[in-house]
Amino acid sequence: MSGTSRRDFLKTTAVIGAGVAGLSNSTKAAPKNILSEDRLGVLVDTTVCVGCRNCEWACKSAHDLPAGELNSYEDRSVFNKKRRPGTEALTVVNEYPAENNSNLPVDVKVQCMHCDHPACVSACIVGAFSKEENGSVIWDTNKCIGCRYCMAACPFQIPAFEYDKAINPLIMKCDFCFNRTKEGKLPACVNICPVEALTYGPRNELVKIARERIKRNPERYFNHIFGEHEVGGTGWMYLSSKDFKELDFPKLGTNPAPGVSESIQHGIFAYFVPPVSLYSLLGGIMWITKHRKEMEEEEKL
Amino acid sequence: MSHEFVNPAPVKHKYFTPGVIVLMIIAVNGIVFLMGRFFFGLGSVTNLNNQFPWGLWIGVDVAAGVALAAGGFTTAALGHVMHREEYHAIVRPALLTAMLGYTFVAMGVFVDIGRWYFIWHPLIMWNGSSALFEVGICVMIYLTVLYIEFLPVITERFIGKVRLPGFLSGLNKIVDKLLRLIDTGLSKTMFIFIIAGVVLSTLHQSSLGTLMVIAGPKMHPLWQTPILPLLFLLSAISVGFPMVIFESLIASRSLGLKPEMHVLSRLGSMIAPLLGVYLAFKLGDMFIRETFVYLKEFNTASVMFTIELLFGVIIPLRMFLSPKVLKSPLFLFIASALVVFGVLLNRINNFVVAYTPPYATESYFPSFGEISVTVGFVAILVLLYRFFVLNFPVISLPGTGTAQPTKYTIKGARK
Repeated sequence: MSGTSRRDFLKTTAVIGAGVAGLSNSTKAAPKNILSEDRLGVLVDTTVCVGCRNCEWACKSAHDLPAGELNSYEDRSVFNKKRRPGTEALTVVNEYPAENNSNLPVDVKVQCMHCDHPACVSACIVGAFSKEENGSVIWDTNKCIGCRYCMAACPFQIPAFEYDKAINPLIMKCDFCFNRTKEGKLPACVNICPVEALTYGPRNELVKIARERIKRNPERYFNHIFGEHEVGGTGWMYLSSKDFKELDFPKLGTNPAPGVSESIQHGIFAYFVPPVSLYSLLGGIMWITKHRKEMEEEEKL
Repeated sequence: MSHEFVNPAPVKHKYFTPGVIVLMIIAVNGIVFLMGRFFFGLGSVTNLNNQFPWGLWIGVDVAAGVALAAGGFTTAALGHVMHREEYHAIVRPALLTAMLGYTFVAMGVFVDIGRWYFIWHPLIMWNGSSALFEVGICVMIYLTVLYIEFLPVITERFIGKVRLPGFLSGLNKIVDKLLRLIDTGLSKTMFIFIIAGVVLSTLHQSSLGTLMVIAGPKMHPLWQTPILPLLFLLSAISVGFPMVIFESLIASRSLGLKPEMHVLSRLGSMIAPLLGVYLAFKLGDMFIRETFVYLKEFNTASVMFTIELLFGVIIPLRMFLSPKVLKSPLFLFIASALVVFGVLLNRINNFVVAYTPPYATESYFPSFGEISVTVGFVAILVLLYRFFVLNFPVISLPGTGTAQPTKYTIKGARK
């Protein structure tokens, strides 16, 4: 009698275990997160940028956002305020005061950095973000549920959300002109830049070019390539005449942003062993305490 | 002593009181603002923006809601898994709280996400590396488990009392049979769900802590630590019993019942060790990471951290160690309320106060609309709780019961 019912319990537990183990295989279905050797990037040389903001106009035009007239971007009074990319502009240029030894202000174009190990791709609950083979980090409107965890996760505070839309609000950020580059065109900002402040190419090459520039003109550049190692490396990298701290770049370590949380997550769910063990342990305790209770009651009789 | 017979029954008391009317007004106010969110977007009701993507709704409705509903799994573990039958009287009220609590967590998520009509996406679009995905899936399954665990309360209420109106009365027998079938089926398999409920709770209570780890330096170092999942789990476990005591004392006061002090005192005596473990990890983490240096500065973060630790953990811990506190309903209530407040504040701190985006031009404070919705949800929850205990066998009335053996025991023990 006792044997059969105990077997039943074990059987039930085994079935649950198998079911859970079956699930674990499919959880590996994760969003596309490719770190290709040939991934592309952009080197932004802020010592070359003149702050014409043509890139802002080109970006808006390429993404069907209201862009206005190109010559309206000549107005430099916008530099009085520091701006951030948002739902109306996926890239903006900010201007910082001149270095002591030069009278040229420093202009910094800001957009998504297209991280090598993107926090948004790791964080997104439904895998709506992906890191593509060409290096772009893009977002899929058909998956997104609008939870905004990508915004909480992004170390550069880039993704923006359309708070004023009741239906189908979008997450907006630079997509590295994924639709243009697919057709062999240049990203809109790179294409329009009149002074070649933006260099588009394989990331490996860009790092070499950046190092070469610093080596040739050590007095022109601050000796650091922002994005070479920050948060594990970014697709977009910057050169500057000033310390990046003075240009509002966030101070970040070299570890990928999703590193810690992913190792915790994968630790807790290592092949579902911890949850299944906990389940069996609790089942064991339940069985033993029940057994003990019955023994006690038998003794009383 | 080992058999404190419990017999849950609907409480006989009138539903409407002046307090209930006030709660209804608060609830309606919340619903009005909620309509605004659905017709005009999140921006029209909340103070959320691109700098602060998460606010009061995620911090309180979701994160604190999950933590404060922890009484459901801690009492299930105590009463059913460890077979401490003397605590069975509090299992059902705790289960009801957990069921309603998680329902409102789901509601909180539903109103906070921008595309609420896609809330089902995580079921088929998976991302194993996302802590939020883990939380989402676990909460969905656990909510289902809670509904299953609560089903017997419904069947118990209606078995033998099915009286459908009018022409439906012909179905009375069939419905009754169906209820009996569900009841027997569930009492044989309930142990599976009870254990699953405990496992699912430990998983998502901790993963809720993993959520903010990815925010890295955007989160104040007083809270940002790789052991956040452990701290979240430990604090959830230690708030489970205080929440049960807190509610039980309010319910007995409001419904004119005698507080079940014999159970509550014993439950209270278990809180101090649990809080102690949580405090040890919290302080240990602070000293290992040397974050106490931030307490020397006087700012929102340091003040909030101190309040959370002092009033939410240290003072109630000391109180629960005193036998005098455990015997007095008033002091037991104060101590429990402090723990509840501490965990509530901890979740607000983790998700809202600690979050400092690199390009913040302003700070976040919830709008009147956000507060209205949150308070409205709490009011609806209390109203539903009242409805259930007045109409379903949830609360055990001491002394009136007959022997009721453990119903949901594990199958396989010797007969």
